[in-house]
Amino acid sequence: MNNSKTKKQIFLEGIKDGFPIGLGYFAVAFSLGILARKAGLNPVQGFINSFLNHASAGEYAVYTVIKEGATFLEMAIMTLVVNARYLLMSTALSQKFDTKTSIFQRILVGFGVTDEIFAITIKRPGFVEPLYNHGAFLIAAPCWAMGTALGIIAGELMPVRIVSALSVALYGMFLACIMPEARKHNIVAALIIVSFILSYIANRAAIFSGISSGTKTIILTVVIASAAAILFPHPEVEDDD
Amino acid sequence: MMTRIYIYILIAALVSTIIRVLPVTIFRKPIKNRFVRSFLYYVPFVTLAVMTFPAIIDATQVKLAGILALIVGTIAAWFRQSLFTVAVLCCVVVFLVELIPIL
Repeated sequence: MNNSKTKKQIFLEGIKDGFPIGLGYFAVAFSLGILARKAGLNPVQGFINSFLNHASAGEYAVYTVIKEGATFLEMAIMTLVVNARYLLMSTALSQKFDTKTSIFQRILVGFGVTDEIFAITIKRPGFVEPLYNHGAFLIAAPCWAMGTALGIIAGELMPVRIVSALSVALYGMFLACIMPEARKHNIVAALIIVSFILSYIANRAAIFSGISSGTKTIILTVVIASAAAILFPHPEVEDDD
Repeated sequence: MMTRIYIYILIAALVSTIIRVLPVTIFRKPIKNRFVRSFLYYVPFVTLAVMTFPAIIDATQVKLAGILALIVGTIAAWFRQSLFTVAVLCCVVVFLVELIPIL
């Protein structure tokens, strides 16, 4: 913690760093809104879900599960699997706060964990003042939730061509999340290719057609990630990437 | 159906909040188990990859548009373009490809 900065300054720094994140979120959340609309959600439900879950892949899973009318158990397992990375991020973040940080502050920080907020938090040197995270979350999360709600509203008014174009924004974002790490680690790059191939087979082969896409994602993830963890145990998993 | 949707949302919110909040409040030391650490490390990449393909080529009106979006998005992400840039590039590629009348 940098004692030369006042709490207000740190909070404002969080808002400042949260702003570009919020802009990016808005566009991506808009495309999630289009998906949410297809799943039958109204703008209020989209807003609430986005504010509470604030995770692109996680929400994508929610809308897929709702659209398919899958079971509540499937919803819970799917959320767990898709958001499992937050376990690791949250664990890493536990080291970034002073031991004197109250449980309440830690709960708030934990609730606000997203890929991007995690990234900006871990970049800060030394212990982090929780107010920094709250500032970033306060600007980014409403952008995310508003984007989803507007996607649900305006998705209906948009020409098919625009909707088609926006529908890939989310996949673009997924690519942006995984490729930098693939560049650093050959194993990750190989795993992504293996995942693409197995996912393609699972989606196209007639024998798997009875299994919902949510379940396929869970099975493929557990199988591929377990195999990788056994075959290539990550020597020293970086907590800071 | 309305109530069901709220239940789905609440379940997802509950699970994702527990995942986010528990480690940061409980752990002060990193997880030691090598398998668990490795597994958790690989999970996001596998999940996101599985969800991206072949879904990206099924999302667009024209398959070629999705394929090109995947290629352009991968290259842009490889060169560490921001989340926002990669997402916008993919959209632009699809929009332009679908403007071509013969496809």
